[in-house]
Amino acid sequence: MAGVTLTNFGKTYGALAAVDDVSIEIRDGELLALLGPSGCGKTTTLRMIAGFVAPTSGTVKFGERDVTRVPVHKRNVGMVFQGYALFPHLTVAKNVEFGLRVRGWDKAKIAARVTEMLRWVQLESLAERQPRALSGGQQQRVALARAMANHPDVLLLDEPFSALDAKLRTQMRTEIRELQRQAGITSVFVTHDQEEAMAIADRIGVMNHGKLEQLGSAEDLYKRPVSRFVAGFIGKCNFIEGRVTGPGRFEAANGQALQFAEDHAGGPAALCFRPEHAVLRASGATCNSLSVTVRAVTYLGPITEYELVSEAGDKLLVCASSSGDSAAPKEGDKLSLTWRVEDAFVVD
Amino acid sequence: MVGASFGRIAFVTLVVAIFVFLVGPLLTIVWASVFADKILSFPPSGYTFKWFAHAWSMADFAQGFLMSVKVGICATIGSLALGVPAALAIERFAFPGRETIRHVLLSPMYVPAIVAGAAVYIYFVEVEILTNFQLAATFSGLVIAHVLIALPWTMRLVCASLATANASSEEAARSLGANAFQTFFLVTLPIIRPGMIAAAMFSFIASFSDLEKSLFLVGPGKTTLPIAIVNYLEWSLDPTIAAVATVQIFIIGTALIVSDRFVKLGKAF
Repeated sequence: MAGVTLTNFGKTYGALAAVDDVSIEIRDGELLALLGPSGCGKTTTLRMIAGFVAPTSGTVKFGERDVTRVPVHKRNVGMVFQGYALFPHLTVAKNVEFGLRVRGWDKAKIAARVTEMLRWVQLESLAERQPRALSGGQQQRVALARAMANHPDVLLLDEPFSALDAKLRTQMRTEIRELQRQAGITSVFVTHDQEEAMAIADRIGVMNHGKLEQLGSAEDLYKRPVSRFVAGFIGKCNFIEGRVTGPGRFEAANGQALQFAEDHAGGPAALCFRPEHAVLRASGATCNSLSVTVRAVTYLGPITEYELVSEAGDKLLVCASSSGDSAAPKEGDKLSLTWRVEDAFVVD
Repeated sequence: MVGASFGRIAFVTLVVAIFVFLVGPLLTIVWASVFADKILSFPPSGYTFKWFAHAWSMADFAQGFLMSVKVGICATIGSLALGVPAALAIERFAFPGRETIRHVLLSPMYVPAIVAGAAVYIYFVEVEILTNFQLAATFSGLVIAHVLIALPWTMRLVCASLATANASSEEAARSLGANAFQTFFLVTLPIIRPGMIAAAMFSFIASFSDLEKSLFLVGPGKTTLPIAIVNYLEWSLDPTIAAVATVQIFIIGTALIVSDRFVKLGKAF
């Protein structure tokens, strides 16, 4: 087992940088998610780690071994593809043994390993089935067993849940997480679904336009996003345009003074807070409050969402526990919105 | 409801018409091949299989049949040898001129066979003038022309099976430690095998049933079966010709059924 180190990793296609100077140290046994919208470079990064795409700059190491110039079939990676890519002409057991066969393992060892892998993913009874006779979740488990049979250094998963329906997706991601922990294998998985990344990854690397915007735990990314993109991509976020005028002091576009907690360089910026951190009140507080008009009320069961518009025209979103209270805000109400100074942060 | 039932009647009529005009003539030929009378007449005075033996005893038909089989097999091998690597390159790699090459290889299908036949003949003559090497009216010349007939079919069918087979199967094999040769022989080839079998069948059918392209290219005593049929029909019409046609129908029908077992033909076009 080994960690994976990407150093100044990049890929350019002509003038376009698909992946731009990405450096990540993936720890031994860690499950890292690469998260971002389509075209952000996350899949290219994964394919470069696998060896399908050659980087135009930088290096990739598995442990101490520099594999930057090593071809795919000598890298010793396990990969689970989007749509699984099981061999349609081979049975489940033959799929799992493929990697062992091409590496020239002897027959007895192959048979033992295949049994072990199928037991690991609980598919022993389906060993002789054709892949097309399996459900989506079963196919995915075969893909995982096949990828892991060789004792790879790294497990790579490319959008592994996208082919499953919503309910199975939640179940499979817990299952895969469990199996990954048991095996203790360093893993990288690519997804565009922030909830999925937050649910199972140890750390998340958020990518945008080929760059790694931020790397951290789900909590880091949610509480302390370093950029407007991360703030907006991980969870919902309110942005008030304006500028930083001094330590902890912010001036909204309409001249209103607001406060925030952490330091930030002066200049144009946006003050941010999460929808669940703000409250609607009938009358204004002394500071950190905005006059808003309720545009829409959406009842979502345990919580209710309020779409608001400030006097300066900023669109804001607030959520609160649903109460049966008749005093709950209604469409068209003019209210005051306030939040704690320590819940506010500023991004460029 | 009146509209719907009118549509339904029109549909059924169309289907019946298609069967009457497509299948009807074939069945008539098969039936006529067992008529006892020398001069085709209806109703027949009795039934016999003697015309099949008679056809085989005629040198033109027996030799034409063997010639067509030989040319068909050679053309099939040639079109697979060229078409499978071409289809692999076109479906799996991006390179400049890819679409142009694809269309050039499919183009024999777009050109009327008689025009293509004349063109190939003129080309062979030019080659002979320049190099003194005779291709027109030789077996190898005929095979070259028939490879051109078969190649678009091979391209279409193998490309279709490569397109439906996920390219990531090959990547999966690579990631599991297979080198390029192992990947090709253990994954790619088995996945496209049904497409190749269908391609072989279609190549053979296309070559075996070709008349127009061969017309210019056959030499004396070296005709193919369709040409032997046409030559015979110029002078006589009797159940012998129906017997020969029946044999041809059965061979082609069998090849079609075999291909359909491997590739659902509806998907390829």
